[in-house]
Amino acid sequence: MTVEEVLLTHRRGFLKSAGMLVVSFAIPGAEGQSSSAAQGSGPYPDPDFRQLDSWIVIHENNTATFYVGKTDCGQGTGTSFRQLMSDELDIAFEQTACIMGSTDKTVDQGGSGGSTAMERDSWPMRRAAAEARRVLLEMGSDRLGTPADQLAVSDAVITVKADPSRRVSYGELIAGKKFNVTLTGANVNAVSGVAKVKPVQELRSTGQSPQRYDIPPKVDGSLKWAVDVRLPGMVHARNVKPLFAGAKLTNIDESSVRNIPGFVRVVSKGNYLAVVCEREEQAIRAARQLKATWEKPAAAPFPASEDLFRYMRAATPTSASSPIVVGNPDAAFSGAAKIIEAEYEVPFQGHTAIAGAHATADPSDGQMTVYSNDMKSYGMRNGVATFLGMPREKVRVVWMEGPQGYGRTAADDAGCEAAWIAREIGRPVRMQWMRDEETAWDTKGPAFVVKMRGGLDSEGRLVAYDYHARSCDYNHVGYNEPDTVLIAQLMGARRAKPASGSAATPSEMYAIPNRRMVGEVVALPMVWETPLRTGNLRDPNGPQSTFAAESFIDELAAAVNADPFEFRMKMLTAGAGDDNGFRRARSIAALKAVAEAYGWDARPSPKSPGNGDVLTGRGIAYSFRGQTVVAQIAEVEVNRKTGHVWAKRLVCAHDCGLVVNPQSLRRAVEGAMLHALSRAIHEEVRFDTEKVTSVDWVSHPTLRHSDVPERMDVVLVNGDPHPNRPDLPPYGAGEAACKPMLAAIANAIHDATGVRLRRVPFRDARVLAALRAAHG
Amino acid sequence: MSKITLKVNGSTHTVDVEPATPLLYILRNDLGLQGPRFGCGLGQCGACTVIINGAAVRSCILPASSVKSEITTLEGLSSHGKLHPLQQAWIDEQVPACGFCQNGQIMTAKAMLDKIPHPTDAQIRETMNSTLCRCMTYYSIQTAIKRAAKVLADGRPVSGKEVAA
Repeated sequence: MTVEEVLLTHRRGFLKSAGMLVVSFAIPGAEGQSSSAAQGSGPYPDPDFRQLDSWIVIHENNTATFYVGKTDCGQGTGTSFRQLMSDELDIAFEQTACIMGSTDKTVDQGGSGGSTAMERDSWPMRRAAAEARRVLLEMGSDRLGTPADQLAVSDAVITVKADPSRRVSYGELIAGKKFNVTLTGANVNAVSGVAKVKPVQELRSTGQSPQRYDIPPKVDGSLKWAVDVRLPGMVHARNVKPLFAGAKLTNIDESSVRNIPGFVRVVSKGNYLAVVCEREEQAIRAARQLKATWEKPAAAPFPASEDLFRYMRAATPTSASSPIVVGNPDAAFSGAAKIIEAEYEVPFQGHTAIAGAHATADPSDGQMTVYSNDMKSYGMRNGVATFLGMPREKVRVVWMEGPQGYGRTAADDAGCEAAWIAREIGRPVRMQWMRDEETAWDTKGPAFVVKMRGGLDSEGRLVAYDYHARSCDYNHVGYNEPDTVLIAQLMGARRAKPASGSAATPSEMYAIPNRRMVGEVVALPMVWETPLRTGNLRDPNGPQSTFAAESFIDELAAAVNADPFEFRMKMLTAGAGDDNGFRRARSIAALKAVAEAYGWDARPSPKSPGNGDVLTGRGIAYSFRGQTVVAQIAEVEVNRKTGHVWAKRLVCAHDCGLVVNPQSLRRAVEGAMLHALSRAIHEEVRFDTEKVTSVDWVSHPTLRHSDVPERMDVVLVNGDPHPNRPDLPPYGAGEAACKPMLAAIANAIHDATGVRLRRVPFRDARVLAALRAAHG
Repeated sequence: MSKITLKVNGSTHTVDVEPATPLLYILRNDLGLQGPRFGCGLGQCGACTVIINGAAVRSCILPASSVKSEITTLEGLSSHGKLHPLQQAWIDEQVPACGFCQNGQIMTAKAMLDKIPHPTDAQIRETMNSTLCRCMTYYSIQTAIKRAAKVLADGRPVSGKEVAA
């Protein structure tokens, strides 16, 4: 079997067992040469998104395969797409399969990103499926000699309403043939046929929780992942990263590795350096053993991590957003009865995927095939083509599963590296990053310093609000950019104008009469070739800005002796207006839901601490991302002898509109909450003035089994209050639940101890120091 | 290079490699057993876990030449086409997100349940604590382990010793 056949059969599961003829996509040079190899040898024109046949294939045994231009980072989106498309096509979920993200097989929907899978990208899929149903119904009408409006469809079988014995299946109508139906739409997002999608009330599988099809092969060891690709003649490559950030490669002593068995080649250009060997362990050994001379840069590339925030405060911003101003904040501060000020700090935090970035590239037949788990496989195709100077028709990216991707990961870099080396040596190349490399050099979520100021009137109302954020985010790298991927930077590529980066303002619906919000960006001394390069990490700025904003709301509530839940509710209910998505009303509903699920009792924070070693407290925080509203409550235990924080219970009220698969959604929300908990209590990129020093799971700790709450509740809210519009569309769900958690934990620690932590992460030593400073 | 003979999942294989080669690369690259995966190469994360002599072992730092006993990988857990109760529990609880680390989670849990059929929550947390998941599926992993323990207990003759435990 070829790699893709393996992939297909796994994804089809039942289809294989049902004896279905598997479509053969052979890969030249892939394991088990296929007689139809020519089919896969390229070039690889883009599948036409305006052709219905690009989206749906109906098979002889009355099953369907959906082809979608998305990738799944572990949230089970493929299963959800199948549910929605099955419903529109009127075929049972079990009769379908889904193929995702390979640039020569599926239309370009951009892969994954921005939590847009359901919110944006499921719509053209649904419309294509609805159109397929319409066309099939027309064909059925011809076949049965009965007008379409007198026909019924169920599980891909069309029957005459008046005489159900007269029937024809989709498979009988079209298997082996093409739809040959042209869709309309200026771009892939606008794709549409003539048919309309069904109202929510008519969807059958949607709203149910069929099990994810990708899970069985993930637990029995049969799934072939991107790391598992093995091609005839394939060699293994490992990078040799600069010893110091910004170092110049001045000499390579190839004789230091030439005697290693299986040694193939040292490849290098500019400051990019890698070794290639026949076997994986040989390449690992060669990368460690290779003697290279690195010249340190004249000036330190960055301050040490303990000096980062001092540096950021003193730096001159490279850019600033236009201030968002409501009312007259200066006048309101002047008239305020009480003014509260606080500053919050979030360090750089990395993706640090469970495995090193990887890709395998095959340069056979003058084409380039890259096997990758990159969540933006289509972007990788374009990036690799430009980077190598190849026509994009000669490049394809075959997407396969991989370790979690929550934004711009080093998978982008590994793809370009594998492809470049493969072309250099003319053989298939498998590249994988080692642990220290991944942890030190993957892209980072930007560090933030946020200065906040609030003015309260004599009634305890927040009347003036000032949010001033500064993020270390200059030269924020995009996805698969041929001039910003690390290999290009190390080879000397420079953009005339680095990306400006951003420093987001908070997302809430509080009615605050006077406010000013501004975000500034600062740069580190060294902009290029740096391990402290920033990129999107699971809501790129949300956890940082929400940590500051929602911690500060609790500080204000405490200043006026108000219950933190009620303080928030007053600000939400004080507003009259709302937006098209009823975001204010839904914020109120989510906060109420989380408080009810937790069993919140109204009282100000902090509570009076007990006498034992372990103090308990609860904290609340809320935010939204796009139209997805999230409210969370954390209950923590703080050990005042050790400083250890344990989130004993987490509750989340989550409103992302229409829920396609409740089980998958709950799991995605749990994962997002715990990922944010890990960022709250563990994660920080550490560095000295030469290099990143947090390089493995000891120096860069992450959440572990022992950190897990004893109880987690996810309440799925659909808070749309509009009686005439029950069919709220689906909004995004991958990232929103990351936002409030840092603040919820900080607020809970304050409730338990009376101590306010304004610097992430809340590791034992930091918490203990804060407790001692406060209580002696 | 030297010849090393390994018994894996009931089959015997001989490979010609450097004796210090970590077992992981032989399993994955020579024997095509890709259930165990490279995560850190340092024995810190557990993605490469296999079972040897009933113990969960990290194959990324284990020299292949040192292995004398039979090795069980994820592929060897099912028997007669039937998934191990842990694997089934992983499906029933819909545990994996990306799934990359789940080899280590399942194999570590298997070695634990073989020794401690009815682990307490504290024992689960302690035994599993060095098996990392960056999708943070820990909560459902712990639920799935308890589910599998129950299935295993219901399906096997209960000895007095186990009842006492």
